[in-house]
Amino acid sequence: MADQDLLETDQPLLIADRLSKSYGRIVACRDVSFALYPGEVLAIVGESGSGKSTLLQMLSGQLAASGGGVSYRMRDGVTRDLAALGEAERRLLFRTDWGFVHQDPAQGLRMAVSAGANVGERLMAVGWNHYGRIRESASDWLTRVEIDVARIDDAPRTYSGGMRQRLQIARNLVTGPRLVFMDEPTGGLDVSVQARLLDLLRNLVAELHLAVVIVTHDLAVARLLSHRVMVMKGGCVIETGLTDQVLDDPREPYTQLLVSSILPP
Amino acid sequence: MNAPAYNFAYLDEQTKRMIRRAILKAIAIPGYQVPFASREMPMPYGWGTGGVQVTAAILGPRDVLKVIDQGSDDTTNAISIRKFFAKTAGVATTTSTDEATVIQTRHRIPEASLHQSQVLVYQVPIPEPLRFLEPRETETRRMHALAEYGLMHVKLYEDIARFGHIATAYAYPVKVNARYVMDPSPTPKFDNPKMDNCPALQLFGAGREKRIYAIPPYTQVVSLDFEDHPFEPYRFNAPCALCGAENSYLDEIVTDDKGSRMFVCSDTDYCEGRQAAGHHGALSAAPYKDKARGEANG
Repeated sequence: MADQDLLETDQPLLIADRLSKSYGRIVACRDVSFALYPGEVLAIVGESGSGKSTLLQMLSGQLAASGGGVSYRMRDGVTRDLAALGEAERRLLFRTDWGFVHQDPAQGLRMAVSAGANVGERLMAVGWNHYGRIRESASDWLTRVEIDVARIDDAPRTYSGGMRQRLQIARNLVTGPRLVFMDEPTGGLDVSVQARLLDLLRNLVAELHLAVVIVTHDLAVARLLSHRVMVMKGGCVIETGLTDQVLDDPREPYTQLLVSSILPP
Repeated sequence: MNAPAYNFAYLDEQTKRMIRRAILKAIAIPGYQVPFASREMPMPYGWGTGGVQVTAAILGPRDVLKVIDQGSDDTTNAISIRKFFAKTAGVATTTSTDEATVIQTRHRIPEASLHQSQVLVYQVPIPEPLRFLEPRETETRRMHALAEYGLMHVKLYEDIARFGHIATAYAYPVKVNARYVMDPSPTPKFDNPKMDNCPALQLFGAGREKRIYAIPPYTQVVSLDFEDHPFEPYRFNAPCALCGAENSYLDEIVTDDKGSRMFVCSDTDYCEGRQAAGHHGALSAAPYKDKARGEANG
């Protein structure tokens, strides 16, 4: 059992191999390589236009790469090239073993259907056919993301921004994914709500042993959540390392600028 | 033939061939929506342009046509379409379910059981069952292709969460031949069990949306549900006021402005047939009452 666990965390979950994306002469992303291990949180930071979101879309199989590839270790332990997966397999992976948290919750939620159905959708998509059990699981998850269960039948359009974002997280985690992609999950929220969301995320990530790739321009988010940081500029990774190392002792001039741009509290 | 000004059954032969090809493909893939080059018909969209094109494509000179609208043979829509084909194809028409070989229907399946030599043609306003949950047509087609139907249950879940039971009363989604989820057109869910293992061929035409789909004879059709909230057909809990039928689908008819109402069979042919056979309900027409009164007096 211990050997099994060791094996489980010893092999990378997601491997990016010289990922590139160009639109004609414009290079959005160039030669990005890294390996993500189970339970590891990787933050990708950089200014707008640095290629962070392009990279995230390629990693999550939503955008075809111009060069290089992504492989993922499936639940059966076999590492497979994402580009070689069929569409049905890729979509199943996206619905079960992965999560994707959008910056704008309206993109990740069905705004017109109730919170319970939003959380339950993934379960129904994998064949759950018992209303009582789906609802039980949905209430359980609402509680875990600190949403009042009494609001289970309300549509997310009646929710506040922070609640929507927490609902989106519950919706993604209900199938027990091993890897979650997050695109600026705290963008557009006010500071106190951000703090609460980050606290929640940190607990969930640790508790569920999630691997996370989080894209953010907010270094505070990176510091609080991530183990490792990748700094991007102009489509290239210019610096990478442990979070405290990169943020406290930046090597590259651009990273130094980024770190020094934070207003002192 | 009393229709020299038209090609047989209005449409030209090439168009009919095109529609027949779509129909054959639809029969080969039960429940799959086949696109076809829907034509302008001499009636507004929403009046059955899809059904009329399908009927026109399959009609032969010796067919006997029945047209019903909400189960009734004598509403404007039904009469107009029946006259249309009597004029353009010169085919015999009937109101009897049993005698008809082609039955075009809007929103009902006849009460009398259908047989092998019949074709039931449905008029369909919106063929896509996932439309109101996923507005992107590209996405819904992909979902059909990959059989990703979790979303359909989201709709049923919403019903139960809001009303305590599956409140969808018509256009109740079904799974055909254990593969495609299909909208049975806005028939009441009371009619859903009749589609399962039906001896007649069922064709669905959506004119505005340019889609044809089909259920071949003796095909499994299952209404979607939850284990703990199984599918249940619904009908008003009353006998028909005219024929006394306990098992037919009923229309509610408001009879005055003081709240009086009566429930009668929506299938007029079935109701008349039963009355002719001597069945009667609480508000049956005069001859039966006269007779009863006469007997009482005499």
